[in-house]
Amino acid sequence: MLAILWKDLRIEWRTKEMLTSFVVLAVLLVLTLSFASQAAMGRVSTSRVAGALWVSFLFAGMLGIQRSFLLERENECITGLLASPVEAAEVFLAKLVGNVMLLGIMQALILPLAALFLGARIGDSLPALALVLGLGNLGFAAVATFFAAVAVRTRSREVMLPLLVLPLLLPLVILAVRATATVLDGGGLAGASPALAYLVAFDAIYCTAGWLLFEFVVRE
Amino acid sequence: MRARDILDRWLPWAVGLAMIAALYCIFLVAPTEREQGVVQRIFYFHVSSAWTAFAGFATVALSSALFLWSGRQRWDQVARSAAEVGVLFCTFVLITGPIWAKPIWGTWWQWDPRLTQTLILWAIYVSYLTLRAFGGGEDVVRRWAAVLGIFGVIGIPIIIVSVRLLPGMHPAVLVTRKGTSGLVDPGMRLALAVTGLTFLLLFGWLVHVRTRIQRVSEGLEGMRADLDAG
Repeated sequence: MLAILWKDLRIEWRTKEMLTSFVVLAVLLVLTLSFASQAAMGRVSTSRVAGALWVSFLFAGMLGIQRSFLLERENECITGLLASPVEAAEVFLAKLVGNVMLLGIMQALILPLAALFLGARIGDSLPALALVLGLGNLGFAAVATFFAAVAVRTRSREVMLPLLVLPLLLPLVILAVRATATVLDGGGLAGASPALAYLVAFDAIYCTAGWLLFEFVVRE
Repeated sequence: MRARDILDRWLPWAVGLAMIAALYCIFLVAPTEREQGVVQRIFYFHVSSAWTAFAGFATVALSSALFLWSGRQRWDQVARSAAEVGVLFCTFVLITGPIWAKPIWGTWWQWDPRLTQTLILWAIYVSYLTLRAFGGGEDVVRRWAAVLGIFGVIGIPIIIVSVRLLPGMHPAVLVTRKGTSGLVDPGMRLALAVTGLTFLLLFGWLVHVRTRIQRVSEGLEGMRADLDAG
């Protein structure tokens, strides 16, 4: 498992293909959403900042996570990977950890921009914010990683991934946006605790389900 | 006569008779609600559709799990049929709800927990049907769909708790917040019970017919493939 993770991270480090493309995309999304809300109502409220951030994370993240499987698709690497003596579940975990790390890096680059353009005060609440984002990323990456393995093998793969995962991610969107907005408003972790507890449950359910069922979707 | 033949012959009749009985109960037995007036009668269709939709999604998850476990195509066919019928009834819920809400709440849609959770479930199973429609008939697509069907249902507890963080105004009729039933009139209870049963019968029949159509068409595909190969 560590070997797969290491291989993916090394490819990413050498090419920086995934990271550059999805960071740029996320930046553009944040900008577009801030222009849109500026045009609509002038000053942007904290709750809208949280919403805009998560929409950007989701869309940019989905493309990035999709790439982690497109990479395996070229030259049928995934077949080799599955033929090697590793469990499908371990491939899932390796991809999941890799994707969570990349989402984290993306967010670290986006947040200062969001602070600049959307006027979000992130300085005081940074540790709490990091926890909220981390929990959100884990659930998001679990669902998206799982279905990216499915989507890359369908005919209409670009459309298929958002189509499959967005409905499943709606509860996560509610929870993550609520928790992020509370933390940005200075409510601290205590204020966001119900949403955070449900986020943990969401992560637990979908990480376990993905780990158990991954074998069924990758097996030929 | 085999059980399936009995179903084929008598289930349509049972559904038809139950529908007449349900209409009779709704419009003639149940009294008109004092404050809401005649529009309240849509409640019987609304709640029955919701039960049926949930029965449908539960069936999808259960037969998907059985399919993954046993690998028998029959379970996959049941899952697909139940998803189609479930989405259909869920659509009824989402249509009848606003028809009632417009005169009573003064708005078609509210981001109320129950509305939101129904909408989320509807979206999940619409995406399930899209996967089936675009995916093709290979074995691996069946497994993907089965997994998605399971993912949708195991998320329900989280959907329910997460939408509770939104402010609510949906009436709690069957079990009120004090824990008692809000539906006191016996005529109303009867109408709801009869309509609910009718819808479940209808659901059973639709899934049954749909599954058979699918089995026949897959058999036909198989024969065509054999002919082409031979």
